[in-house]
Amino acid sequence: MKPAGEEFPKEKYDELNVFIESLETTKGALIEILHRAQHIFGYLPRDVQLYIARKLGIPGAEVFGVVSFYSYFSTKPGGKHTISVCMGTACFVRGADKILQEFREKLGIQTNETTEDGLFTLKDVRCIGACGLAPVVMVDGKVYGRVKAGDIDGILNSYRTKEVQHADKVPGGVK
Amino acid sequence: MLIKSLEELNKVKQQASEKVKIRQHRDAVQTNKNILVCGGTGCLASDSDKVAKNLEVILKARGLSDRIQVIRTGCFGFCEQGPIVKIEPDNVFYVRVGPKDAKDIVDVHLIKGSQVERLLYEDPQKKEKVHNQEDMTFYRKQLRVALRNCGLINPEDITEYIALDGYQALGKALTQMSPTGVIDVIKRSGLRGRGGGGFPTGLKWEITGKQENSQKYIICNADEGDPGAFMDRSILEGDPHSVIEAMAIGAYAIGAHMGIVYIRAEYPLAIARLTNALQQARDTGLLGKDIFGTGFSFDVKLKYGAGAFVCGEETALINSCEGKRGEPNYKPPYPAEEGYWGFPTCVNNVETFANIPVIMNRGADWFASMGTGKSKGTKVFALAGKINNVGLVEVPMGITLREIIFDIGGGIPHGRKFKAVQTGGPSGGVITEENLDTPIDYDGLLKIGTMMGSGGMIVMDEDDNMVNIAKFYLEFTMDEACGRCGPGRIGTKRLYEMLCKITSGEATMADLDAIKQLAYMVKDSALCGLCQTAPNPVISTMKYFWHEYLNFVQKEDHPHQEGKYASKNKTGVKS
Repeated sequence: MKPAGEEFPKEKYDELNVFIESLETTKGALIEILHRAQHIFGYLPRDVQLYIARKLGIPGAEVFGVVSFYSYFSTKPGGKHTISVCMGTACFVRGADKILQEFREKLGIQTNETTEDGLFTLKDVRCIGACGLAPVVMVDGKVYGRVKAGDIDGILNSYRTKEVQHADKVPGGVK
Repeated sequence: MLIKSLEELNKVKQQASEKVKIRQHRDAVQTNKNILVCGGTGCLASDSDKVAKNLEVILKARGLSDRIQVIRTGCFGFCEQGPIVKIEPDNVFYVRVGPKDAKDIVDVHLIKGSQVERLLYEDPQKKEKVHNQEDMTFYRKQLRVALRNCGLINPEDITEYIALDGYQALGKALTQMSPTGVIDVIKRSGLRGRGGGGFPTGLKWEITGKQENSQKYIICNADEGDPGAFMDRSILEGDPHSVIEAMAIGAYAIGAHMGIVYIRAEYPLAIARLTNALQQARDTGLLGKDIFGTGFSFDVKLKYGAGAFVCGEETALINSCEGKRGEPNYKPPYPAEEGYWGFPTCVNNVETFANIPVIMNRGADWFASMGTGKSKGTKVFALAGKINNVGLVEVPMGITLREIIFDIGGGIPHGRKFKAVQTGGPSGGVITEENLDTPIDYDGLLKIGTMMGSGGMIVMDEDDNMVNIAKFYLEFTMDEACGRCGPGRIGTKRLYEMLCKITSGEATMADLDAIKQLAYMVKDSALCGLCQTAPNPVISTMKYFWHEYLNFVQKEDHPHQEGKYASKNKTGVKS
């Protein structure tokens, strides 16, 4: 029986397969494989977890046990842009909680959720290590330092404008 | 280039010393110059890479590229003032340099020979411009041992590390010393684990070394989980070879041939620099088979963490290395007896390793001459929060917190009053004004109810509510508790819920009593260090800021309350 969910092209599974085959041993390599799988698929849906379990000859529950343990692994697809608000202590005492709340209100979502248009996923992360710039917000790879509540519209709009400019191109691919 | 003996290493050192000479011997007449641009995560976040690129483009356009080099170094430590650019041998330190400032640095400084005034650091007290790093209050009381090469060398060039005595210690250990001889030096130096526990490093090596097993492992714990701490990351970004060299020395001492660096996946730059450094070490024969022609073989592989604070605990870390859930095991057996896949394993922290080569080179007595009775050497702290000079500082053990916060850190911004400083991250406690003159060492900090921890140091001012701070830490440990033991899984959640009840104004005196009891219960009964120390922020803030807890409870108009005095008498809570 096929579970409901996103269908991935065979090439992606092939790419994962090549990686697994290239390992000297799969003993102790589950986390490494999951890192690679998340890199390839963007997240770790049930099908991908089961594929890995069969490939390694271990129960699916064992794979899920590891996936659910580590916060780095995600079982839900993310938005086109990931907004990570640093909630390390240094950022917290400089008001990061208010920044996070502001993002929640402006986007109308909670932490670890994705906006309906599939554009933004909101996350709180534990210290990205740029404490000198606290409070810090990271959008995809770009770091915004000394963020004030008033800056948030500007940050969000800069990504929305990009979307308008690229509107004629392929959409984000997120369901 | 293959290095197979100390002589060959010295030959490489001699050749490479030309490259770093400009940065070391400032008195010599030099037409060549080095522009050091900070390439740490903090400065990169504020465009230091663009600064470096612009400098290179302009230097090329002016025809200066052959005698003026741009070097991307590791972290200078003064993150508050980043991006940092330093010109050598002129010894001029520019702060908050933007990509647009590159032109003036080249035209005004390098061509005209004067300094770019607006980019100089201004001493906040004297209101004078300072160009010399050594004259800045931020640097004056620091002593850089573990960070000795950060901000000085190009971390992506092994020869620069070799030029500054790199791999000498490994060469000497392998060719002239016995494993027990190496352990003896580390034991005599008094070095203790810098990850927080403070276990004597030499003793750990000795115990692992004594295990009779042909297969052993040495692991570097680079799973820096304390939010607000970035010491280990900066060392790996700025001086990765010091850690690799130290791991090889440790491996020789305990009889291991395989090492693992367990590093957070959230540190992409550190991973890249470390991967590059490992490859360079293999290419030069400093890792691999028959190192220094002695027959000793050793290599290192990387294992990525996946975001779990508990994996900083060594048994949890080992489980994670094996690809499993990162839950801790009961100890004993200790990893030194049964660790990675059941083999004897020695786990040391990044900063601990960074100290090893320099101890081997300069001797145990030199290292032991710094610090206090039972805490030798220096400690790196990530100073952050409500403080003027946010950054990475390395100080000799025994310095007082007051010196760190008010001299090095420059005090509290906006004229606010100092309230407390948290050391040891979510496992530590607060230190208030009355204890600011306590000398910093492992035992001194334990005595005042906190701990050294890995080196996070968060300063709070009068605007911070301490109950909220305790709640913040408990939310963190609740999220990160692995679920293996009941006190950790349920206890941290109940503690967090009770703190929420307090801050929402719905708690009674009976709740304050209950939270106190629960805090000690979790502390005494949890399985591993994470949850044994998780209640510390509550216990410590209750001790020093009891009145702030009371403020939440004693609101006259609160409907749920039976009356403050009545409940106080009933439960017998003392302040």
